Amino acid sequence: MRFTLRVWRQDNQFDKGRLVMYVVDDISPDMSFLEMLDVLNERLISEGEEPVAFDHDCREGICGMCGLMINGNAHGPDKLTTTCQLHMRSFDPNEPITIEPWRARPFPVIKDLVVDRSAFDRIIESGGYISAPTGSAPDAHAVPVPKDDADNAFEAAACIGCGACVAACPNGSGMLFTAAKTTHLGLLPQGQPERYSRALDMVGTHDDLGFGGCTNSGECTAVCPKGIPLEAIGRLNRDVLKAATRSPAKR
Amino acid sequence: MGVTGLAMLLYVTVHMVSNLKIFLGRDSIDGYAVWLRQLLDGLLGYEGVVWVVRVGLVVCVVLHMTAAIQLARRARKARPAGYQHRAKVQGSYAARTMRWGGVILALFIVYHILDLTAGVLNPNGVHLAVYDNVVADFQRWYVVLFYAAAVIALGFHIRHGLWSALQSLGASSAARQKAIQAFSFGVAFVITAGFLSVPFAVLTGLVG
Repeated sequence: MRFTLRVWRQDNQFDKGRLVMYVVDDISPDMSFLEMLDVLNERLISEGEEPVAFDHDCREGICGMCGLMINGNAHGPDKLTTTCQLHMRSFDPNEPITIEPWRARPFPVIKDLVVDRSAFDRIIESGGYISAPTGSAPDAHAVPVPKDDADNAFEAAACIGCGACVAACPNGSGMLFTAAKTTHLGLLPQGQPERYSRALDMVGTHDDLGFGGCTNSGECTAVCPKGIPLEAIGRLNRDVLKAATRSPAKR
Repeated sequence: MGVTGLAMLLYVTVHMVSNLKIFLGRDSIDGYAVWLRQLLDGLLGYEGVVWVVRVGLVVCVVLHMTAAIQLARRARKARPAGYQHRAKVQGSYAARTMRWGGVILALFIVYHILDLTAGVLNPNGVHLAVYDNVVADFQRWYVVLFYAAAVIALGFHIRHGLWSALQSLGASSAARQKAIQAFSFGVAFVITAGFLSVPFAVLTGLVG
């Protein structure tokens, strides 16, 4: 298969950047999207050009590195799929493919398609952990957890922090990510002591970093490769409201 | 945003239900207008309740618009450089049209107050002659069209707004998610249908 690509090229954070057209040949329908970019880069290198910088790591859909805006969809057209798990058979060779980096002020472009997502680390640092020393892993049945709570916590814990929620959000909000983290810790017994201060602190950091406000438009959950549901944000809002009505000592 | 929205939704619901009094005849709706002005007049004076509600609504509208503008400005700041290619948006149509829908509603409310509250833009325009004013109003097809467009915009606004308010106020959970969505759709549908019934009843000659 032969594809026409329009790829965002930007030398560094200060460069204005532009879309550059490339044609890639000999693409198998079974290649992943990243393998297709590898083919392009090999050619660019052999021609003495600068290869396209893009993030990737595990290539099995669990690390969250490979976020690309493909034809205006975060992680491309397939649901519940990261860019690395997306195959070229999902594309029509007659249509050009536009590839852009995530766009959000807290995610500055480092080069080409690579953005700096360390804003997510700042959110985690402000409460996305349990501060009690827990020792070695306890027996799974030592502390009983209701089945629904365990299921919902696990569903939220599947978040890989790829940033697709922010990229797709019309408000540039990172609430789905923040809510996934507070849900996964806030539903389990170990996360209870810091549940309310965690919700307040993480949302506060999220806002301070310049992410937009959530309007529950649902774009995030539609593109989330892990299917984090929108109700996580409802749960986070409930915790924030509860925290706001409590005295700081009791949070 | 959510709290002021819910307060205005409460008003809109009462407004829609009281509009339906037009189907009970001239005396019912005209009498209701008088009753509303005499309500608690011992305590608040003639039109006291009406003015309390009006002031409350103005406060709600101002706070609601302030919150909307703050959110829109934050959104713009959060994405200074947009996408060259943006796919057809995946979320609901109602969610996408909240901001422009709100602007349409604000313009409609100004017209609506000049038309049926102040009577300035009404062809009949007699104070407290609610039935005649409404009937005179909806004889004109273009007024019905504008009214219908605004009411449908209101329906979409409520469809997303009610669900979003419940979500923001922490009322949603995994178990209640579908119920809240269905409830929001139901409320939006009933309110839209209720408001639309009056102009179409006049237009088709059912009332008047």
